[in-house]
Amino acid sequence: MAVTTITPPAPSLLERLKTPRNIGILVALAWMPLMIYVMGTGRIDEGVRNAILLPAIPAVAMLYVIAVTAWKESWIAVLGVSLVSFWFFMAVAAPFLPLADPNAPVAPFATPFSEKKDIFFWLGTDFKGRDMLSRVIWGCQRVLVWGVTATFVAYIIGTIFGLMAGYLSGWWDEFISFFGNVLLSFPVMVLFIVILNYLGPSGFNIVIAVTFASAPAIMRIVRGLALDIKTRDYVFAAQTRGESALWIMVIELLPNVRGPIIVDACLRLGYTTVAITTLTFLGLGLQPPDPDWGLMIREAAKVAMLWKFSYMLLIPALAVSSLILGFNLMADGLREMSLRD
Amino acid sequence: MFKLIGRRLIQMLLIILVAALILFVIFDTDDFKKRIALAELGNFGVSTMTEESYQDWLAEKGLDIPFYQRFLKWGGDVLTGDLGHSFEKDTAVGPLVLDRLKNTGLLALFVFALMIPISLTLGVLGGMREGSGLDRSLTFFSVFTTSIPEIATAIILTVVLSLGLGWLPAKSAMINGFDFSQLVLPVLTLVVYDFGYVARMTRASMAEVMTSQYIRTAVLKGLPYKRVIMKHALRNALIAPFTIIVLQLNWLLSGVVVVEVFFEYKGFGKLLLEAALFGDIYVVQACTLVAVIVAVLSQIISDIGYTFLNPRIRFA
Amino acid sequence: MAGKTNGAANGGGQTPVLECRKLCISYFTRAGEIPAVVDFNMTLMPGEAQGIVGESGCGKSTVALAIMQYLGSNGKIVSGEIFFEGRDMRTMSEEELRDLRGSQIAMVYQEPMASLNPAMRIGDQLSEVPIFHEGASPEEAMERARKMIASVRLPEPNRILNSYPHQISGGQQQRVVIAMALLSNPKLLLLDEPTTALDVTVEAGIVDLINEIAAEFGTSMIYISHNLGLILETCHRITVMYSGEAVEVGTVNDVFDAMRHPYTRGLFASIPLPGADKNSHPLIAIPGQLPLPHERPTGCYFAPRCDFFVAGTCDTGLLPMREVPGDDQHFTRCVRFDELDWQESLGKGISQDVTPPGDVVLRVDDMTKHYEIEEGALFFAGEKKTVKANEKISFVAHEAETVAIVGESGCGKSTFAKVLMGLEDATSGEVLLGNLELGDLPVDKRNPETISKLQMIFQNPFDTLNPSHSIGGQIGRVIRKFGVESDDEKVEDRVMELLDIVKLPRDFAKRRPRQLSGGQKQRVGIARAFAGNPAVVIADEPVSALDVSVQAAVTELLMDIQRENRTTLLFISHDLSVVRYLADRIIVMYLGQIMEQGTTDEIFAPPYHPYTEALLSAVPIADTHVKKRHIVLTGEIPSASNPPKGCPFSTRCAYMIEGTCDVTPPPVRDISAGHQIACHLSVETLDAMEPVIQLGAAAAPEPDVETV
Repeated sequence: MAVTTITPPAPSLLERLKTPRNIGILVALAWMPLMIYVMGTGRIDEGVRNAILLPAIPAVAMLYVIAVTAWKESWIAVLGVSLVSFWFFMAVAAPFLPLADPNAPVAPFATPFSEKKDIFFWLGTDFKGRDMLSRVIWGCQRVLVWGVTATFVAYIIGTIFGLMAGYLSGWWDEFISFFGNVLLSFPVMVLFIVILNYLGPSGFNIVIAVTFASAPAIMRIVRGLALDIKTRDYVFAAQTRGESALWIMVIELLPNVRGPIIVDACLRLGYTTVAITTLTFLGLGLQPPDPDWGLMIREAAKVAMLWKFSYMLLIPALAVSSLILGFNLMADGLREMSLRD
Repeated sequence: MFKLIGRRLIQMLLIILVAALILFVIFDTDDFKKRIALAELGNFGVSTMTEESYQDWLAEKGLDIPFYQRFLKWGGDVLTGDLGHSFEKDTAVGPLVLDRLKNTGLLALFVFALMIPISLTLGVLGGMREGSGLDRSLTFFSVFTTSIPEIATAIILTVVLSLGLGWLPAKSAMINGFDFSQLVLPVLTLVVYDFGYVARMTRASMAEVMTSQYIRTAVLKGLPYKRVIMKHALRNALIAPFTIIVLQLNWLLSGVVVVEVFFEYKGFGKLLLEAALFGDIYVVQACTLVAVIVAVLSQIISDIGYTFLNPRIRFA
Repeated sequence: MAGKTNGAANGGGQTPVLECRKLCISYFTRAGEIPAVVDFNMTLMPGEAQGIVGESGCGKSTVALAIMQYLGSNGKIVSGEIFFEGRDMRTMSEEELRDLRGSQIAMVYQEPMASLNPAMRIGDQLSEVPIFHEGASPEEAMERARKMIASVRLPEPNRILNSYPHQISGGQQQRVVIAMALLSNPKLLLLDEPTTALDVTVEAGIVDLINEIAAEFGTSMIYISHNLGLILETCHRITVMYSGEAVEVGTVNDVFDAMRHPYTRGLFASIPLPGADKNSHPLIAIPGQLPLPHERPTGCYFAPRCDFFVAGTCDTGLLPMREVPGDDQHFTRCVRFDELDWQESLGKGISQDVTPPGDVVLRVDDMTKHYEIEEGALFFAGEKKTVKANEKISFVAHEAETVAIVGESGCGKSTFAKVLMGLEDATSGEVLLGNLELGDLPVDKRNPETISKLQMIFQNPFDTLNPSHSIGGQIGRVIRKFGVESDDEKVEDRVMELLDIVKLPRDFAKRRPRQLSGGQKQRVGIARAFAGNPAVVIADEPVSALDVSVQAAVTELLMDIQRENRTTLLFISHDLSVVRYLADRIIVMYLGQIMEQGTTDEIFAPPYHPYTEALLSAVPIADTHVKKRHIVLTGEIPSASNPPKGCPFSTRCAYMIEGTCDVTPPPVRDISAGHQIACHLSVETLDAMEPVIQLGAAAAPEPDVETV
């Protein structure tokens, strides 16, 4: 794993990096370039795009080191964050790795660890002759970017409405809860299919679909937490000193719903990854030609129904499973640690 | 209680109406109409069509009427039991959906028959002795199985059991009539994906009950361990899993789509996806109707069950 | 209190029911071994009742669970022995333990609701005991359960047996738990804070029941409590625990009247006993706070807080228990007990001049607050029901005066506070702060100045501060919000000033609430309330959630700041001892109505309202010289949504006049200027009442039982 080769910074630097503000900067530094890179496909000059990604590589590595030192009590969380960081690192480092062009057909149906046309293929090639190793590494970019963006947007919307429903109660609650129930009564897949079918398959539309599907559930969780916290004396104290509802929601409630929400967010990142992969497999999600795990499965499912070629299905299936496992283990580890204190 | 059920039913009606209207709006775009024409008449047929003959074709299909009129007519028809006509399959929607629903129902039946005993037993055993070897391995194993998405589970099972060992057929199209062996892989896929979730919930509920003060009271009353578990712990511990299991019915309707498509099983989910891609509006409407009814009914059942199992609510 | 009489049958060749020898119990956590109980010894003879008293975290509940051999997966008896009737419990098999538990040794728990299985009928839960311990048939077992339910004086045994736990009240639940414990006639009964979760008048009933049981069944008891008064009412011998150690053991009289450990002495000095008074005889708090298990010093654990600490003597090695010569098996862990002069007075707290009250600051006139709640109905809105949370409340409060509002749960204290703070509108009547009508002025319509004049201190220290923000930030916000200061530096200065006032170190400003102890949080709560120079402060049970030794310090602090600022304090409490100590005037409430109000002396002396009389008798007092008239109320507090017609207290009142009290609301009788009693009884009848509490010289209280 490329991540482990990076020497951890001196402890004093690590301690300094651990403040919430610096972690925020690091997250932005790791995330923004990747987002610009993926969303700017075809719009930004190739050289510029690659340059943008450069600062993200050390940022991801540093975040990983911080996470490992902070969560060292829970090996489950460490394992989870290692899996997730591995794929994030692959996503930001892909353009700089010595990989074949993921979209270039070279030698069709080369099996893993075999040589064809004087090229050695670690993971073989697909039915069009594209290098599987390269495709599986490049394939994590879009699912990560759209998955995280979609979950993030769903969280913002869900939290806003959840705080309002929980704290303001009364008609606000009735209205928001009814609307949420309407959306929740739709089976998720019907909702996805209808929305993506109408808007057309694309990354942005996945964000919209995931928001519609996830925000009501998030709203319910936040609403429940807000209902609980609002009976606390410190909220009462804020009310009696005449704070506005907005202040109470943002300053008094929001920081205290953070804990349970972070755990839930990790789980939900997993769901969203599943959803994107599944939708892409069904032909409703991300579109060819750029590599994506769901697409790889979709394309291979038509041609690779033979034991000899099953690697074309297995490799992307295992890749996506490992990422989701990473998210879920992180959630488990975090929950375990929060219960201990 | 009745108030709650009434509320839910009214809510269901509202959802159906709103959903149906939205679907009519969505599928009213030119794009979808073209798609239907393209599928029915072929590329060549459409390209040779004049604007006039296209309009005639639309009129023949009943697609020239504004969506709100079609919505109202559809609403009336549904009340008389007529669910409309499928463009793609050229049959009445009612029997078609019913037939596919039967297939999915069969799938669901096997899934539940297998999943419930496994997940409840494992969950209870794990939660009974929190932190024991069994508990830890169960927890880890279930994280694993729930982390592998259905599509990946389906692939792994197919590759191993069908392509590798050749024990089972890889596809479940059932072209030559019903074949039980073709049902095994879809059922297994769904069970492997879902049992972990229910088992974890059961485990959590059981573990919480085991640390409660009334279990301490029961133990310190000098009751045998078996009695403590069977009489005091189980009843309370199974309240939460029950509602979760019922709500899995709703999940299954979504989860089944990808499995049915992968295994080419002719069920409800595959029908829905095909219809949506085709723009087969009346089939999509019927499927949505079924889905919403199942969703609301499973919620009502879980509410009633919860109330029934929990005397604190029953005799509030 | 007949249970106390046969306790003298001590010694004389009998086998003790229970004997603990050098018991050490530890919990094993990720942080390593945490010793919870160190070197605990106890000998309990048949029919004897022993009390264990101590503050939270002193290990008293751990002792009970260790006796039950139920310490959970991470608790372990590290060394020492526990003998039950001469048999070593540590070597018993699971089988043998099961035979003992519930039949020979039974336990009553702190939270009755949580201790009963919510999904099982009470009858089934009770009949299990005879079925499994004596092989009784289900019918026979149910019959015995019915009898036992009747003998713990629960009404309608059949209905109770058929109920689920949530369908009966807290007091009834605790009686059910006691009945369950007694079903197999155990030799040893462990009571772990059995009344802490209950109201005072309900508590009195349970304590009464426990004493009767001891007399009737001859059961040996271990009574665990943080309340010295309760121990005095129930036990023969007492063990005082501090930080995992027993520091003093002896008969109740020896320990209460001739204690030989500085901690015990500090404990008694910090609880408000009759005779203590905020001006002439203030409480003396124990300085510092309880050490965490891993912070315990070598030698005497109490040393850092002790006035008599001598380096080289008190801080060497493990200190053994030493017998006090001349007393009946009186032991103390203090090495210097024979050097100290125990007769010397503790040195009174600095007495203060009486602060004269000023003008009227707050006037409440016929304030009424009703809630409408919707009753469950089928499909549509059901009938509306009115909860009378506050009914015609009238009183005045002067500048620099402390007015206490006393009452049990459901009496409407919290609603009253909410109306005052502007979170609820009054249904009718007036609330005047100065000249400003507040009753229908919600908080968001009040201007900052008005808001800052009326502030509140909350009950639960763990809830009062937002865990996500620093202490300094939270106090600073109040200062800014009320416009006291706006400049960053000045706000900072003011925060520091306030921290000084509540005697907290200045660097606490940067800390988060979870780094503070309960008492420290409550001090921050006080600082926050006084940040805007309020005219009136409502203190809602500000010390009731704190440990006894910390209570005194926080109470004194509150009094000092009030005196300094001439603030009017509305002190809401259920604890009459505290109220007697600090209040100038007292308002007694029951089910949303004022039953009696007057000065502290007037409330504590006849004429009483019958409810005040019962309340006074119910409060346990940790003083062997106090003689109390014994009045136990029957029944439970009615629900506020369904109050009795007429006088709210009529359902439990011993003086109830049928046809009058249960039909007509009572008239308010003016006994003297400012002293009012709402009762149908004539002034003459009220005047003829005898005092409930009398300070006597009697060594042991022998109260005449007055059945009501």
